[in-house]
Amino acid sequence: MALMFKLFKTGWRDIFAALKGYELAGVLGWQDIRQRYRRSSFGPFWLTISMGVLIGALSLVFGNLFGTPMKEFLPFLTIGLILWTLISTALNEGCVGFTTAEAMIKQISLPLFTHILRVLWRNLIIFAHNLVIYPLVLIVFWVPLPANALLAIVGLLLLIINLSWMSLILGVFCTRYRDVPQIIANLLQVCFYLTPIIWMPNLLPKRASILLLNANPFFHLIEIVRAPLLGSFPSALNWQVGILLAIAGWIFTIIFYGRFRSRIAYWL
Amino acid sequence: MTHIFLNNVCVDFPIYNSTTGRSLKNHLMQAATGGRMGSNEQGHVVVKALHDICLDLKEGDRLGVLGHNGAGKSTLLRVISGVYAPTGGSIEVQGKVTSLIDLNLGMDSEATGIENIYLRGALLGFNRRWLSAKIKEITDFAGIGDFIEMPLRTYSTGMQMRLAFSIATMQQPEILVMDEWLTVGDAEFQEKAQQRLSEIVKKTSILVIATHSPALVEQVCNRMIRLERGALITE
Repeated sequence: MALMFKLFKTGWRDIFAALKGYELAGVLGWQDIRQRYRRSSFGPFWLTISMGVLIGALSLVFGNLFGTPMKEFLPFLTIGLILWTLISTALNEGCVGFTTAEAMIKQISLPLFTHILRVLWRNLIIFAHNLVIYPLVLIVFWVPLPANALLAIVGLLLLIINLSWMSLILGVFCTRYRDVPQIIANLLQVCFYLTPIIWMPNLLPKRASILLLNANPFFHLIEIVRAPLLGSFPSALNWQVGILLAIAGWIFTIIFYGRFRSRIAYWL
Repeated sequence: MTHIFLNNVCVDFPIYNSTTGRSLKNHLMQAATGGRMGSNEQGHVVVKALHDICLDLKEGDRLGVLGHNGAGKSTLLRVISGVYAPTGGSIEVQGKVTSLIDLNLGMDSEATGIENIYLRGALLGFNRRWLSAKIKEITDFAGIGDFIEMPLRTYSTGMQMRLAFSIATMQQPEILVMDEWLTVGDAEFQEKAQQRLSEIVKKTSILVIATHSPALVEQVCNRMIRLERGALITE
């Protein structure tokens, strides 16, 4: 127990230092975006455009396939896909967060969580660009922004808190075991189909939904942001899973990180 | 009060993608340079980059680290700057360590000079406001002129180095770690740079410099160690 506490303190010290020096992660994250889109006239809005095109195409196919009215399906798909992009890229890039920062980690002593914060920040910037599509969809169908949309901010915060520990622990693990990023990429691909993003949960037969929905953490994490934006409320279970996952995940991650943080430079 | 204290510091690098069997490993162990090879408890191949290093550096110490390629000089510098936590023994450092090793780290060739000042500056731990106030000073010292608004890729190698040097030496470090004495730019700039570097070195509380040149040690250091295959052999 005393050891756990010591590891927790070691891990927390690094994370706290990284949060305190958030400015550096911010600069690096912006830099990544700038670098990717330098000399392109639309810049990161290219992502928005391609996301918009993807949403349009998918809604045509699946909206018709499932026979759901577009007015209902399109906002659902839009938010789900934008959120899923945030989740999957944050986790995939979190996997290689340390390995891509190798040169930096080996030269200067920084709080290592900074490199994960950089990944998160970069993806949040992209998320913000993609989010532009949502009001456009609302305008097209002439639906007002639901009154409980503000609740989505709380949900988004909770989602980000969860993504942070997931990215961090994946980053540590993937630095040591270089095959894991491939496995994670594959699992995330599978999760994309298992999670109601391009299909609506009410299409499922009753019994299947318990397994497919309630046992899937990503369902809950998406639901706490998506439901308020669609004008309904996330279920109590959605919130409980989101909150418990954040607390348990962070405690475990900090201890794990405290144990292996000093090894990261050696694994690179 | 700055202080560096290394107590029996060991650094073992695990090599996970080495497929060398024991025989080749033993063969390599005969090599004259490089760290010693061995294996750790889990049976992984390890390179013992540093072995039982004891050092006690106090204010005013200027330590020259001599040794062949692969003797562990850079590793020692990285242990002191906090990149590698020792795998054995312990290290205590009081004071902020600044390393003037890779001056170009983090620079982006597509970004303008100013953007690079913010970028490099952030990595060195300076905040945006402080940097904004220093842009003119940095530009003037580097002699970049209007090029500061241009992407770094339009710079000559010398100009890039001058800019990198000017950013890195903006602030007086407490503990300075260097890999060889820095020389940058043409004759004119070199003089200016040497002057600034000498001043920084003079004012720094503790200096650790790795070098191949005994003459340099003679000139700037008051203490010297020699590393051979990861072990400290003379002090």
